[in-house]
Amino acid sequence: MASIPSDHNARPAAPHENPVVASHFRSKAEQEDAGKMGMWLFLTTEVLLFGGFFCAYAVFRMLYPETFEGASAKFLDWRIGAINTVVLLLSSFTVAMSIRNAQLNQQWWLRINLIITIACAIFFLVTKLWLEYWPKIVEGKLPGTFFTYSGAMTDHDQIFLSIYWTATATHGLHVLIGVFLLTWLLVRAWKLHFGPKTYLALENVGLYWHVVDLIWIFLFPLLYLV
Amino acid sequence: MSAAHDHHDHHPSYLAPKETLGKTIMSWVYTIDHKKIGVMYLCAVLFAFFLGGVLALGVRTHLWSPAETIVQIDPSTGEEREVQKERFFRDVTITRTVMRENEAGEKVRAQEERTFTSNNIYNRVFTLHGAVMVFLFIIPSVPAALGNFFLPLMIGAKDVAFPRLNLLSWYVYVFGSLMTLGALLGGGVETGWTFYTPYSTSTEFGQTTLVALAVFVLGFSSIFTGLNFIVTVHKMRAPGMGWFDMPLFVWAIYATSIIQVLATPVLGITVLLLAIERMFNIGIFDPAKGGDPILFQHFFWFYSHPAVYIMILPGFGIISEMITTHARKPIFGYRFVAFSSIAIAAISFLVWAHHMFTAMGELAAIIFSGLTMLVAIPTAIKVFAWVATLYKGSIALNTPMLYVLSFLFLFTIGGLTGPPLAVLSTDLHLHDTYFVVAHFHYVMMGGTVIAFIGGLHHWWPKMFGRMYNETFAKLGCLLVFVGFNLTFFTQFFLGSNGMPRRYATYVEEFQTLHQLSTIGSYILAIGLFVHLGVFVMSLLNGKKAVENPWGSLTMEWDTESPPIEHNFLHEPVATHGPYDYDQPIVPPRTKPGEWPLPDMPEGDDGANTKRGMF
Repeated sequence: MASIPSDHNARPAAPHENPVVASHFRSKAEQEDAGKMGMWLFLTTEVLLFGGFFCAYAVFRMLYPETFEGASAKFLDWRIGAINTVVLLLSSFTVAMSIRNAQLNQQWWLRINLIITIACAIFFLVTKLWLEYWPKIVEGKLPGTFFTYSGAMTDHDQIFLSIYWTATATHGLHVLIGVFLLTWLLVRAWKLHFGPKTYLALENVGLYWHVVDLIWIFLFPLLYLV
Repeated sequence: MSAAHDHHDHHPSYLAPKETLGKTIMSWVYTIDHKKIGVMYLCAVLFAFFLGGVLALGVRTHLWSPAETIVQIDPSTGEEREVQKERFFRDVTITRTVMRENEAGEKVRAQEERTFTSNNIYNRVFTLHGAVMVFLFIIPSVPAALGNFFLPLMIGAKDVAFPRLNLLSWYVYVFGSLMTLGALLGGGVETGWTFYTPYSTSTEFGQTTLVALAVFVLGFSSIFTGLNFIVTVHKMRAPGMGWFDMPLFVWAIYATSIIQVLATPVLGITVLLLAIERMFNIGIFDPAKGGDPILFQHFFWFYSHPAVYIMILPGFGIISEMITTHARKPIFGYRFVAFSSIAIAAISFLVWAHHMFTAMGELAAIIFSGLTMLVAIPTAIKVFAWVATLYKGSIALNTPMLYVLSFLFLFTIGGLTGPPLAVLSTDLHLHDTYFVVAHFHYVMMGGTVIAFIGGLHHWWPKMFGRMYNETFAKLGCLLVFVGFNLTFFTQFFLGSNGMPRRYATYVEEFQTLHQLSTIGSYILAIGLFVHLGVFVMSLLNGKKAVENPWGSLTMEWDTESPPIEHNFLHEPVATHGPYDYDQPIVPPRTKPGEWPLPDMPEGDDGANTKRGMF
């Protein structure tokens, strides 16, 4: 706890100068260690969840190589995927920088970096919905019962699209959750919640965001390139 | 309320009611106290156990006699006709309103009749018995109920690392359970609890999608609990408590949590894909669309085989606690018992494919057969260590100890009937027979449930501050033991003679054994109701329990019975091991001022509470 300022004219302490320790923890260090470890464990479960998609992709690529070899070029535009990859990488950099800003108490840079991160995330989602999902919906390049595309060349085009839609939609949902989390961070940054002593939430959301990017880094070549 | 504010004279127990009834209810609804959440979990899983048990009794009652065709003479026409003799589950015809298109292409309401035959209903009942028992009862039973209550107490922590996540896990569990109950009422599921494709992707009438989504939701609850426990064990142990000073129950729960965190996401994606498959026909698992039904089995068992160890490992932990306390001896081979839990968790991820030996190549089957037999090594280490602990111990033959002995007997049978199923040549004959049913009931019920009931008796005085009636509890234990063996030992004979599992009928030669099994299931049920009565009577007018009625050395007994809201009056410090029964003097841990308190942050009076990280 910060001591009560003796000088009555001293400015009141900002929230970040006065870190809070929950009552069941013995110390701030214990609390932060626990928070970070919990996040890593959660991210492990995320990787395993997406592991299911990658496993299904591998199995069906093995079963129907002829479908999968042609499908990337036929159904997807690698340029849109590449732009989105660059955008996500940039956002990973800015979210990492925001933690550095908190450590150095650069409150304005912290906010700017968070805003850039959110903008990148929204750009990703808009590109995905507007340039990728929407044309596919129009042309009937959809999974399962909704598959009405007339230009199908092999029997199993539909399975490629099923994997594409389920995997990218699940990833997109994670990006959307990331937007909400980053916005929550931005609000807290405006209230001066982060500083050299208190940046755990930034670090944890940052970790989450890196994993969301990482999953895309694997989805992009598998679906768009090879 | 923080420790600094109550002035050492008033420490209400966690069960103490608040000023008004409304506030008391709210203190449970919004609680982030691991003890209250543990008690809420206990109530919920016991209800699920009751529900699953009733379904099991339905299955056993239906199997009292095989299906028979009898010749009846129609009284009005005098014609002879063949009809099915009525059994426990009768044919039921229901009418429901559906939207249909008429000739003009308009949508109109139409009445549709649908008949559930007796066999349909049997399929639904045994499926729900399995699903309820696995997902609603046995997976959360020990970790979420007893683990939640005792893990923090045993390592001297005030709470789990993320108390709100803990509460959330309970609500998520309740939500998932309600979805399952809704499916039960809305038509049921007939796929078996394993949801094997392509049947589960094509069966139309029923609530398969809803149950698949319920399992997805329940998985979150399981992950939250596991994640919480791992962090709690790593970061919140009392000063002086190293990894090898932890009680073995904590080791077991820790190993369980690792499996929960690493395996459950795979189940999540599996049932999610199954639900999407059913809703949109995406063709991942449906062979008619080029999908791969074996892929489903690989995904499903990649979770569900480790899940078997989620179920049994906490039971191992309970046995280690009870056996040392009630035989008053240090555990034989502490590190071996501790590491065997971790070894079982690790091996559990390598054996899933033994559920589909015939669906793979010969080489893969041989490899998985060998890996499966590896499980026997750490498990046998545990059993030998427990027996060695009993040797020359000062054994108190009370209810917890009787349950330990039951466990050793039943679990050993369950364990030793495993290798015949792991060996390819014998498994070809025993696969999908009652032998398998008997084997996993001996492990799951004879192992986990027996340990769970024993653990409930062991920790009951601490949880609720009341003793139970030892005589009636022993009677219950006896009935459970006899009933259990009668129910399931007969099934080993049935299975090895070729009775396939999941069938609604059987050939007449099997009737005697089936009837013995059914009688056994009733005795078992009576025994369980005796226990329920013992617990209810204990809550109503049981003798007040002292702090440490068994003279146990683990930390949870160093606080009042029931524990105060903040668990301990003073920060506990580990000054001796959990099983130092052979040490001459064991001082109490929490006498004020006797032991050095740990480093507290400068100026922290505990007042800055409530606002955590999340």
